[in-house]
Amino acid sequence: MTRRTIKVDQLARVEGEGALHAQVIDGKVEHVELNIFEPPRFFEAFLQGRDFREAPDITARICGICPVAYQMSSVHAMEAACGVTVGGALRDLRRLLYCGEWIESHVLHIYMLHAPDFLGYEGAVDMARDHAALLQRGLRMKKAGNAIITVIGGREVHPVNVRVGGFYRLPERRELTALHDELNWGRDAALETVQWAAGLPFPDFERDYELVALRPADEYPLNEGRIVSNKGIDTDAAGFEDIFEEIHVAHSTALHGNTKARGAYLVGPLARYSLNFDRLPESVQAAAMEAGLGRECRNPFKSIVVRAVEVLFAFDEALRIIDRYERPAEPSVPVEPRAASGQWATEAPRGLLYHRYDIAADGSIRVAKIVPPTSQNQPSVEEDLRDVIAANLALDDDALRGRCEQTIRNYDPCISCATHFLKLNVRREGGGETCDAS
Amino acid sequence: MAKSKPKLAVWKFASCDGCQLSILDLEDELLALTGEVEIAQFLEATRAVSEGPYDLSLVEGSITTAHDAERIKMVRQQSKMLVTIGACATSGGIQALRNFRDINDFVAAVYARPDYIDTLATSTPIAEHVAVDFELRGCPVNKHQLLEVVTAFLFGRKPMVAGHSVCMECKMRGNVCVTVAHGTPCLGPVTQAGCGAICPAYDRGCYGCYGPQDTPAMPAMSKVLEAHEMKGRDIQRILRTFNAHAAPFREESQRHDAADDQG
Repeated sequence: MTRRTIKVDQLARVEGEGALHAQVIDGKVEHVELNIFEPPRFFEAFLQGRDFREAPDITARICGICPVAYQMSSVHAMEAACGVTVGGALRDLRRLLYCGEWIESHVLHIYMLHAPDFLGYEGAVDMARDHAALLQRGLRMKKAGNAIITVIGGREVHPVNVRVGGFYRLPERRELTALHDELNWGRDAALETVQWAAGLPFPDFERDYELVALRPADEYPLNEGRIVSNKGIDTDAAGFEDIFEEIHVAHSTALHGNTKARGAYLVGPLARYSLNFDRLPESVQAAAMEAGLGRECRNPFKSIVVRAVEVLFAFDEALRIIDRYERPAEPSVPVEPRAASGQWATEAPRGLLYHRYDIAADGSIRVAKIVPPTSQNQPSVEEDLRDVIAANLALDDDALRGRCEQTIRNYDPCISCATHFLKLNVRREGGGETCDAS
Repeated sequence: MAKSKPKLAVWKFASCDGCQLSILDLEDELLALTGEVEIAQFLEATRAVSEGPYDLSLVEGSITTAHDAERIKMVRQQSKMLVTIGACATSGGIQALRNFRDINDFVAAVYARPDYIDTLATSTPIAEHVAVDFELRGCPVNKHQLLEVVTAFLFGRKPMVAGHSVCMECKMRGNVCVTVAHGTPCLGPVTQAGCGAICPAYDRGCYGCYGPQDTPAMPAMSKVLEAHEMKGRDIQRILRTFNAHAAPFREESQRHDAADDQG
């Protein structure tokens, strides 16, 4: 077998259908490959020549589950290129919008995608037969998150109100305070979710990940912060491409992210939480400790608990922002294009989302580079799978397949990948045949 | 056992998943819906799959690979009714921008090893490949319209989905016209309703994400845009987004090819 690898400095969007191939020879895991065969859509290519103000609407279409993340990374990168900083109430509103997306995306994953793994169902509809109240709580929480996005953004999928420099129209104070009661309910429901999730059965499994996340000066990360890791990385977004690289492998239309120095790394809830525990409000810290999480979490199966903690944080933060909101005079600050390069990273629900744009003086995009969390986590998913398979060879194929699917869903790689996409071929061979890359 | 419920299948081709997600965003109606239909195939929601034939298939996404061009035929064969949902499935989506350029340039711009990538030169709507019983527009679809379409097909009636313009919706919503009042360029006159005229309600011009309405006056639209200080290049850009391959938008955008400098 020859596995071909090569560096790339441009990438394509991918989240979607995939398959896993693993090969076990003489009881040894010889080959694990997560195939992503989502058709490539070439976003970076057709962004070339577009106007810099079009980036938030176009890049939102990379992902229907986390469009706000793409809008936030793109507007901040464009503002960085143009030397503009957006602060005050506009900054708060962006944080609030992102809280809505974290709630919607995390709750969808917790209740509809991940919980069925722990409780032994094929999907949420199945699960509802025995756990109707549980699913109804999840749906109501998700709706509360979507309500934030709809009020600020106009609609829950691909919101229309985000622009470079701020927004098109600002919500009235009363539009936001109308959300207050339901968000208050949501905060209580999120606390119940943390407690419920903590009681699920977790395999005893930890790995020594390099955890990578944003770390702001005095808040839990959403839209800004330095990029840090537990193994010494500490950089601003402009340094991202010096430290991280992407590899194009034959078996995937998603590029694989690595640190140049040490290989695979992990982004997402576990990394954010472990690197920013001290940035959570005290009440959220207390809920996490009561749930038995500790200040760090390296068990990917417990990501469902960490997501619940982040949902609690997001409800809490949304209420804080709404309570102090005063409508500013202008919905946006002016942003004039100039020939420059802008880099930025924000925390999508699934982890660090990096954008870079090189723009011309007339505002045309010359180069676009986008590194989504799913690409960055793909090598870690494969390493997790290798260890999980090795530790569970005694399971029959069905049970092992189920455990592997759960391992991948720990990452919430994307809704369509995360549920059901897995075709696991475990080849158990006695001989020493060479495995083939499928 | 109760009598068997109609079988609903949801299929994904090249897309962002947002239109499928709209089904799960029906938080208040989802459990009632699953009481009325059997979710026979919906990978976004469940790993349980039951075999066809299916009473109603909802198809998201466009056709961009040879494999998918075959797969959609299989979906059609197994489906009594086939409804396409969203801009990708009904007009090729944002990825249809490749149709205006050389696909090899696109692959090379994104991937270091183009030889690993299997893709067609075009992104095309489902109706260019198989017969489609109804097309629901939007990027993304409106979840309430989606529920209406599913309900209509299950009861054997025609969906109540208007083909008129966003302008009509603006009037119904009580929006002030952003073009007349503020001079903001807006594609509302040529764009199909369904979103609820949200962009004008949020003080911006419509950007056409629901695609062309039934009788769009494209050259007249261009004149209005030009009168509001949009150059040919800007008009071409605004027509070439999520429904770039839809014929009225495509043909009008091509009229601006030679007219202006290219960005």
